[in-house]
Formats: sequence, structure tokens, C-alpha cells
Amino acid sequence: MDPVEIIEGNVSFLDRADVDTDQIIPKQFLKRVERTGFGEFLFYDWLRDGEIELEPNPILVTGPNFGSGSSREHAPWALQDFGFRAIIAPSFADIFYGNCTKVGLLPVILGDKDCRAIADAGLARIDLDDQTVDSAAGVVRFEIDEEIKHRLFYGLDDIAMTLHNAAAIDSFEAAGGADRGPVTTSL
Amino acid sequence: MARTMFDKIWSAHEVADGLIYIDLHLVHEVTSPQAFDGLRLEGREVRRPDKTVATADHNVPTDGTPAARLIADELSRVQVETLERNCEEFGVPIYSIGSEHQGIVHVIGPELGLTQPGLTIVCGDSHTSTHGAFGALAFGIGTSEVEHVLATQCLVQKRPKTMRISYSGELGHGVTAKDMILATIGRLGTGGMAGHAVEYAGPTVAGLTMENRMTICNMTIEGGGRAGMIAPDQTTFEWVEGRPGAPADFEAAVKDWSGLPTDDGAQFDTEVEVDAGSLSPMVTWGTTPGQVVEVTGTVPEPATEPEERALRYMDLEPGRAIQEIQLDRVFIGSCTNSRIGDLREAASIVEGRKVASTLSAMVVPGSAKVKAEAEAEGLDEVFRAAGFDWRSAGCSMCLGMNPDTLSPGERCASTSNRNFEGRQGKGGRTHLVSPKMAAAAAIEGRFVDIRDWA
Repeated sequence: MDPVEIIEGNVSFLDRADVDTDQIIPKQFLKRVERTGFGEFLFYDWLRDGEIELEPNPILVTGPNFGSGSSREHAPWALQDFGFRAIIAPSFADIFYGNCTKVGLLPVILGDKDCRAIADAGLARIDLDDQTVDSAAGVVRFEIDEEIKHRLFYGLDDIAMTLHNAAAIDSFEAAGGADRGPVTTSL
Repeated sequence: MARTMFDKIWSAHEVADGLIYIDLHLVHEVTSPQAFDGLRLEGREVRRPDKTVATADHNVPTDGTPAARLIADELSRVQVETLERNCEEFGVPIYSIGSEHQGIVHVIGPELGLTQPGLTIVCGDSHTSTHGAFGALAFGIGTSEVEHVLATQCLVQKRPKTMRISYSGELGHGVTAKDMILATIGRLGTGGMAGHAVEYAGPTVAGLTMENRMTICNMTIEGGGRAGMIAPDQTTFEWVEGRPGAPADFEAAVKDWSGLPTDDGAQFDTEVEVDAGSLSPMVTWGTTPGQVVEVTGTVPEPATEPEERALRYMDLEPGRAIQEIQLDRVFIGSCTNSRIGDLREAASIVEGRKVASTLSAMVVPGSAKVKAEAEAEGLDEVFRAAGFDWRSAGCSMCLGMNPDTLSPGERCASTSNRNFEGRQGKGGRTHLVSPKMAAAAAIEGRFVDIRDWA
């Protein structure tokens, strides 16, 4: 994935709580076997029914518990493909948050008041290294796990990093750590 | 030091700090194609095909289509065929359409005895929490993580916090595990369990069947929880024993598993207590599983803007009695409630009665094996005689990725897990209930309090 350092630009605001991944990318678009091209289906029903308006800006500000429900990584793929590089919300659903960090879409957790102030400002600059969001409303700091930040900042591939640790996996298996559970190939 | 069941399983699987070994990886057609592509792109192999198993479920038509190449919808066909090809290329065992073991991934894992206490289990599906009912640590992952597990058999994970929800008291007549979890989510909210591995405990839970326990763990994700789990006991061991995947030395396994339950005095980050004896059958009224009331209740006055919007979408007005809500469809199925026990419960309500002429109702067994078992018991005849459509195994109308969907405006009583806008079909309106409540609603054409039925 591409490294995340500074994300700067206009802010889109989706003033809704509990936005689930079924809304972000409805089920009929999960049948694709590719990883790209999901942007045009983002919020498919809501946008086409005129329920919401959304500009493809670098930053999306939204409500709490964003990304709840299905584990579909198609949701962050669609948001990214649409143009978003960061999402700012009071809270995220766990799996969605994890999925974002795997694809280089920066999730930023800030209080409801700060989220609204940034949305009102309409323009913001996110500095991952400093862990700050700078807008006309002022500079606010956000928290992010050090390890996740490190991987995002350098655009590191999780698999390559884990395979770097292959000796640890080998020895875990050799020591009997992998002996639990069924052997699926011999049913 | 006293440890929780979660602590025990987690520490037994730590390969390195923040790197967890995975004992069982379940794969399905929707969230895996891009992961296999990723492997090919990097020239990587599946590290442990012997700890991996695949099935087709989300896209499967439930009309009895016998093979992937015969799926009418082209995109669905391509997705299932892609899974079959990927599994062949990478040596992953697969139970695709037409296999006697095919079914919803969270139904076949336990059914084959693959789901066992003490394991770490992942799948590119949020309802993987289901498997925690066996005292396993099981959770949903995204496609990048699917690829990571395929390549390394490990997962980069932050240790979640722990929560224990203890249930006491005897469930009232007609009140089920589904009502326990719906009521719990209603109380804690859809984000109430966020960041936590949740252990469901207490005497009420200990008295539940494995199928009921799976229903509870299944819906952990609807409360925002990372994983749901229940201590293994005699009920658990009896389920696993004799199944194809069960350990060869079963006695030794039981001895190991008996050490898994949370030690007395172990500390949880959060503790919640629920008086299960006071619970009623529950019905959701809105567009999140947390928007739920007792069947004797009324549609609430909206307190927030999202609640107002939910009522508009659901076309309901505050104050309307739940039991006055008329239905167009009834769906009994999904990874939450499609096991043989669920079908037996529903059939017991349906037997000798007729589906209301105003609606159409369907039953979709969770797996080919559940279907065969139900047919051997004559449950299919009970449902058919009442006017239910008896289908073949798959995810079906839980998520409408296959031909089973709601039409715009249709209102459905569903035993599935999500009542999100459009989940069962664009414009469809979903009310989540237990299998018994769904069965009774099918008979009356509206919600009824199952407790009034003898």
C-alpha cells in the first residue's frame, strides 16, 4: 500500500451514525472478483435515491460506529476508489477500522465536537506523524496505535513483515503449537 | 494468576508479540478471490491447506442448482467457479455446490466437527463469532487478512479487552436464545461490545443447547464485539464427539478442553449482568439490531434523528403495537438460525397450521446435511403442508446476494441477524425475531406473542 504521511484537502461530511458496510457498498457489488473499481458503487442506493450528497474529497467526516456490520473489505476499497484517503469519526466498528489500516485508508478517531468543527471548516490537513488534524477550527490531536501508525507511515506490507518472522512461525509449529484442531485435508 | 478463557486461548497462540497462530481458516467465495489473487501476484503458497477449508454459501441459489456451472446469475457463477479453481490450485479442501457437506460456512464448521474448543478460528465473514460457542476464539476478518492467514497461518492482532455477560434465571415459555441476544444488544447498543472479546456466562447459558449458544455468539458482532465465546462443557463435548473432524484421542482432548473455562476470580475489563428470567420475545422495529422492543410493546417515540430516519424507512409510526404490524414475507434461515434445532423449534409451532394467505414464507436449511436431516424427520413435510417454501442450503435472504430477496416495500419477519436498510433487498423492511416468533408470525400474518400459544 502507499505510505500515508500528510492528507490535505476538502472535507466531505456524512452526518449519520451507525453507517453499516451494507450501505457503503451494497451486496450486489460484492460479486466482483477484482479489487478495483468499487468507487462508482459507493453508497449506491443513498446517492442514487438522493438521500445524501457526497463529493469525492480527500477527507470524509462522519458519525459514530462507522463501518458496522459485514466484514467486507470492499467497503474501504470503495471509499478509497471514490477518492477518500482519510475518514474522521467519533468511533469505528472494529473490523472496518482494521480493514482500513490494511489498505492505507487512514481512520482518525476524534470527539463528536471536533468532527463537526472540521466538517464546518470544510478544509483540513491531517499529519499522521504528528497525529494532528489542522483546520480553521484549530489543531486537534488524535490517538492511533504505534504499530498501526508505523505500518501506515511507511506503507508496509503486513505479509512481508510477518514472513520476515517466518522462523518464529516455524518454531511455534515445531514446538507443537500447531497441533490443535482438525486436519481439514483428511476428512 | 486466575485467567479468563480468552487469556488462555490467546496466550497459547502467541507466535510473537501481536502475532497470533490460526488453527482453522474458513473460506467462502465472496471475500477470498482477491486474497488468492494476492498470493499469485507475489508467488506465495497457502502455508497450511490442512488448516483451511472452503465452501460456497453467499451466492448459492437455494432452488437446488446442483453445480456451480449451472448458476444462472453470471457474476455469482463466476465467483463460485473462481473459488473452486482457487481451491484446486492451492490445495484447499472445498465443499462447493453439490457436495453433501456444502452449506453456510458457520453451519458446516461445527457440523463437521472442525469447530472445537480452544482453537483460534477466522473467516472473511463477520459472523465467524458463531464458533466461539464451542469455547474457541473466533472472529471475522477482511480480505487482506484472509490473504495474510493463507500465506502465514498467522494474524497480526491487537489484544482486545474482555467483557463477561452473565445471564441468570430461567427463560420463560417461548423465550429463546435469540431473544437473549437481541435484548442484550438493545440494552448495550450496537457499539456496546466494541473492542471486546465477550464471554457469555451464567446458569442460563449453561442450560442452552449448542445451537442456541451459536445463535448468541453469532450476533456478538451486532453488538460491535470482536468475538463471542462460551465455556465448553459436557454439552459441547457431546456435540463434537463422533463428528468427522473430532480428535482421534477424544478423551485426551476433553481433558485439555476442560481446562479452558475462565478461572474463579479472573478479572474482566467489563462485567454485565442480565436477568434472563425477565426477558420477553423480542422484535426489532428499526434498521439496526439494537432498535428492538418486547413483542408486547409499541414502536417507540423516536429520540434521535437516526431513529426518526429508521421509522421513515420502516414505514412505522410511534405508538403502533408491534402485534399489529402486518407482514408480507417470513424468512427462517441464516447462520443465526438455520440449524436442525432451529427448524425443529419452528416446525413445532407450524405443525397442523397454515401460513396466512396474505404472506409468503420460506425455510432455508443452513446446510445440505441439515436439509437431509430435516427431511429424514419429516420437517419438510410439516413446513410444506403449512404452505412454506422448502429450499436448499445457503445464505439465502439474509443478505440477498442470490435470487432470494425482498422487493421494495416488502416487510419481512426474519430469523437472520441484520435489519440494515436494503440488507434483504433494496427497500425491503426487516424485523429480526426468533424461529418460533417467525413461525407464529407466518401463521397469523402479523407478529404475535408466542407465549400466548400454549
